[in-house]
Order: sequence, then structure tokens, then C-alpha cells
Amino acid sequence: MIQRIRRLGRRGCDLLEAFGRAGIFLAQSAVGLPSREGLYLWVRQMHFVGVLSLAIVLVSGLFIGMVLSLQGYTILVDFGAEDALGQMVALSLLRELAPVVAALLFAGRAGSALTAEIGLMKATEQLTSMEMIGVDPLRRVVAPRLWAGFVSLPLLTVGFGVVGIYGGYLVGVDWLGVFEGSYWSNMQASVDFIDDVGNGIIKSLVFAVVVTWIAVFQGYDLVPTSEGISRATTRTVVYSSLAVLGLDFVLTAVMFGGLA
Amino acid sequence: MSDTPFVAVEGLHFSRGDKEIFRGVDMTIQRGGITAIMGPSGSGKTTLLKLIGGQLLPDAGRVLIEGQDVHRQSRKALFSMRQRMGMLFQSGALFSDLSVFENVAFPLRVHTDLPGAMVRDLVLMKLEAVGLRGARTLMPSELSGGMARRVALARAIALDPELILYDEPFVGQDPISMGVLVQLIKRLNQALGLTSIVVSHDIKETLTIADYVYVIADGQVMAHGTPKSLDVDQDPRVSQFVHGEPDGPVPFHYPAVDFVSDMLSPGGPR
Amino acid sequence: MKRSKTMELGVGLFMLAGILGLVFLGLRVSGMTLQAPSDTFRLEANFANIGGLKPRARVTMAGVTVGRVAAIELDTDWYDARVVLELDDDLEGQLSRDTTAAILTSGLLGEQYVGLSVGGDPETLADGDTIRDTQSALVLEELIQQFVSNMVSD
Repeated sequence: MIQRIRRLGRRGCDLLEAFGRAGIFLAQSAVGLPSREGLYLWVRQMHFVGVLSLAIVLVSGLFIGMVLSLQGYTILVDFGAEDALGQMVALSLLRELAPVVAALLFAGRAGSALTAEIGLMKATEQLTSMEMIGVDPLRRVVAPRLWAGFVSLPLLTVGFGVVGIYGGYLVGVDWLGVFEGSYWSNMQASVDFIDDVGNGIIKSLVFAVVVTWIAVFQGYDLVPTSEGISRATTRTVVYSSLAVLGLDFVLTAVMFGGLA
Repeated sequence: MSDTPFVAVEGLHFSRGDKEIFRGVDMTIQRGGITAIMGPSGSGKTTLLKLIGGQLLPDAGRVLIEGQDVHRQSRKALFSMRQRMGMLFQSGALFSDLSVFENVAFPLRVHTDLPGAMVRDLVLMKLEAVGLRGARTLMPSELSGGMARRVALARAIALDPELILYDEPFVGQDPISMGVLVQLIKRLNQALGLTSIVVSHDIKETLTIADYVYVIADGQVMAHGTPKSLDVDQDPRVSQFVHGEPDGPVPFHYPAVDFVSDMLSPGGPR
Repeated sequence: MKRSKTMELGVGLFMLAGILGLVFLGLRVSGMTLQAPSDTFRLEANFANIGGLKPRARVTMAGVTVGRVAAIELDTDWYDARVVLELDDDLEGQLSRDTTAAILTSGLLGEQYVGLSVGGDPETLADGDTIRDTQSALVLEELIQQFVSNMVSD
């Protein structure tokens, strides 16, 4: 029994230690003024992290907007309120689905790739050799990836929202015959730029920091073997999905739930 | 000049978890010349290089390079100290997203403000030295293991360091590229006036180029001397290692209970 | 270096698309206009019951949106609700003193908004004035209660 409690205690200590390491890691790599060279590295990573995730995010956004519109219509039409379709699609996308689903897709597409890439660089001693050349890998390898993630995900989220609203329009207006004017005007009457779009973007910023941080840290901190890499990529997806969903609840409670 | 050792390791202790890897290692490495550090696999030779390079922190003891304690430096001072060291990794550790040319140019680009034409000249010079000037446009994934190691060597000498650490340079090489590497290490050392530390367990090759040899086992320096003196060393452990005998004081068997009694106890632990 | 040029172009387009998307969300989805927010003036109106009226609800005249509800608070002198309306500047000095304000509902279950209708008084309302003539929100429960008690008394 005492053994078990002790084991639990050790788990707790390990966990705290990992959090500490991750915090120091973030602080060391995310700060520092970008140089010209750093800017170039950042653009490179923006390409890998952002541009290459664009397709999956946009396609998913289109489908989610279409489904939302279809489901919403069947419910709203019972109340004769199908005019409110635009409002429903836009609010649920902007407040909830765009930040969350884009973050989950981002964790799967870009996060796991980041972990694997950095993990492979660690396993093949590229990070150590960089250190021996006298270049800080936190600055050279980690920082551009972190910042690329921080910037990409909010942009992807905006794209997701736009495409989703368009998808809702396609299904609702073109297919189900909701009056086009009421689709847009109801939306415009109910969506507030600061409260809805702004809060959605704040959410996605938070998710961007968390997901990229987890991904990059898992890559940097893994056991440098092929098994270690595969485990770390799994951990990245699991941890960041959980973190996104959990944080989403907290943020929603604060932003829209009247807390604080 | 040659009176003060270039690298001095004093009373080094290091452990990983519960496992003690070094229990008081002392070494002095003279300027110029090739010092070999040898020992059986798992004796922590690579760890020793990482300690010298300042990547790991010892539990006790110090590593001095030209009288400066490597582990007492600020991060910045340590990084500038490392500019004067080159290290060749077991796997080569080329940056997989850069071409051969860019790999060799990397240290020049980050540490100097040389104009592009001069970087090009320097890189081609270094590549010529390792015989791979023609392979400059290849990506690291297109190189064979031996070529990758030679490119890594060109990268390690790009900034004209004073000290080069070689981590198992001969491991997993066919005889031809092994011979090439042996020659390269020796030639570079003479031509550039480097100090080299070679960590290896390939006895034959290492002994042909080393000026001085340290043999590590059980976390301590077991023997040291010139290759000749080690060859005739009477210590059975040294002679087992130097002559590559399969069994001896370093046992062939992992510690286990007696074989016969283990076989005859069917209900015993697996 | 050619490869990195196309990469830079891609990243640039990506960021541009993100910004354009944001503009789309601003203009088309949240209905912001590019003109600077027009000047407004404020009127107050006291209602006995505001029902489900919320801040930022629309204020309309003849169905045209002319402003928004800026604030709702409890008037402790009369124990009724004081609603502050923010109206377009063009209407200042145009609304007669006997303008009525009513809380209306769009559709059966829709949102509630304030409807204004002008009267015939030659004097007009200025910034900070109070609309006297108000009509409270229809509360469904009260309506049903009334209906039932009428049935009984019949």
C-alpha cells in the first residue's frame, strides 16, 4: 500500500518536473529578437506548418459547414425559424467549431509532423552536432517552428470559419432554399465582430500556443530511438487534443458563460 | 607550450540514474597529436566526449580546456568555446534539410560574416580535403555512410578548430572507407596542426594513427601509454582488449547464476 | 533558391488569405461597415417590463434599424427598467416628443427589439431626453393568464 502511494508520489513529481522542463523550454526558445536569418527560417516553417495544413483544414471546414447547415435546417424548420440558419451556422462555427476543429486537425497534421521531425533530428544527433558547432538548437530549430505554429493556426481558423460559412450557404441557400437575404442578414444581426469573431480568434491563439508547444516539446524531449519517436508523436496528438478540448471548456465558460 | 595540457580531465564522476559511468577519470591530452580513448562498448566513451564538449554536466570533477573549466562557463562563453572545437558524430549528423554544400557552409554562415564568394571557396576547399568536392549538390540522404562521415568531417573543420573530437569514426564502415577515414584523420591532423581525440573500439585502426592511448573500463582509466607500450602491457585486461580475445577478465557471459543449476530448475524465474 | 521563392510566395498568399478571411468575417458575417461608426445620440425610455430584451438589441423605426440598445438598468425610483437607446445622429431633433417606444418580438420565438413610432407633437426629443410613452414587452405567461381569467369571467 505504502509502495503504491510512493509510486503515485513519484509520478506526481515526474509530472511536475516535466511541466517545469516544458516551461523553461518554452521560455528559452520563444523569446529573443528574430534576425533576418530567423525570418527566413520562420517562412520555411510557415510553409510546412501552415500552407501544407491549409488543404485539410479548408476541406474539413467546408464539410462541417455543410453538415451544420443540413442539421440546423431540419431542426429549425420545425419551429418555422429556418431564417435563423445563417445565424446558427455562423455562431457555432465562429465561437466553437472553427477554433476547436482546426486545432485538432492542426495537432494531427502539423503537430505530429513537428514532433517526428525534431525527434528525428535528435535521434540522428543533428541537434547535438548543432550545439557543438556553437548554434543553439532552441533558437535555430525550435523557435521558428514555435512561431510558425503560433501564427498559422489562427490564420487556419479564420479560413475554416470562412469556408464553413460558405459551405453552410451552399447547403442552406442553394440546396434547401433558405432565402439568401435572411441567411446573411440574420447572421449579420447576431454576429458581433469583437464578441464572436474576436473571441474565436483568441481561442485559436491559445490553442496554437498549446498545440505547438506540446508538439515541439515532445519532439525535443523524447527518447531518441525509433520507438521513442513513434510514442512521442502519439503523445503529441493525444495530449494536444485533450488540452484543446479541456481548455475550450474553460475559455468558453469565461468568454460566453458569464464567468469572470 | 606543450607543458600545459590542452585538455585536462580531473577526477571526473558521472552517473546516469543509478548507474555509475565514471568513477574518477583523469586524463591529460597534449596539444597537437592524436589521442585515442578506447574501451569496450558501453564503457561510456561517447559520454566522455559529451562531457568534454560541455553537453553533459559531471557529478564531480572538472574538464579544463586551456585551463578554463568547461562546465563553469556561461552559455554564451560555452558556445564560443565550442566554435574552436569540431566534433564528428557516429552517424555523421548532417542536417538532413540542407545539401552537402550548405552543411559545410553552415558553421561559416552562422559564425562569420564572410561574403558569399569566400564562403564558397572555403567550403570547396574543405570538401576537396575530404575528396567530395563533386558531391556538393547531393542531399545527405543520397550519401553512403562513409561519405556522410567525410562530409561531416569537412563540416567539423570548416571553422579551422583547434580540437576535433571523433566519436567512433570507424564503426560500421567497409574496409575501403575505413582506410580512407584513417588516412584522413591522420593527414588532417598533421596538415592543420589539430589536436584530435578519437573515441573508438576498433583497435587495429586506432592504434595505427594514435600517438597516445587511454583505455577505459569500469568507469576508470585502466591503462594509458603509447600504442607500443600498450601492446606489450602485462595487465591481462589490457591485453585481452588490445588483442581482441573473446573471453578473459572481461567476461563473455553477462552475470548469471550457474548454468547447470539454472537449466535444472524448471520452476525458477524466467 | 528558386524553391524558396515559391515557398515565400506560398506563405505570403497564405497570410494574405487569412487577412482577407478576417475582413470577410468582419464585413459580410458580422455586418460591420467600412464607414467610421456614425455619431449617435442617446435617449432613455422606461418600461414596466422589458421581457427578454438584451443589450445590443436593435432599435427600429418602421422596420428600419436606426440604433441599438446601449444599456439596461433598474430604475430604483420607480422600480422599472430604464433602457438607454443609442440612435443615429440624423434622427436628433427629428423625433417628436410623444414618440412611443415598444418592445416587440420578431416572429413567435425570435429576438426582442425596440420599435419606435413618431407622434405628432411639434416639439422634438434631444440627446439625453426620456421617451414617456412606452409599451412593455408581451410576456406570454401574462397573456395566457389574462386570457384564462377572461374566459372564466365570461
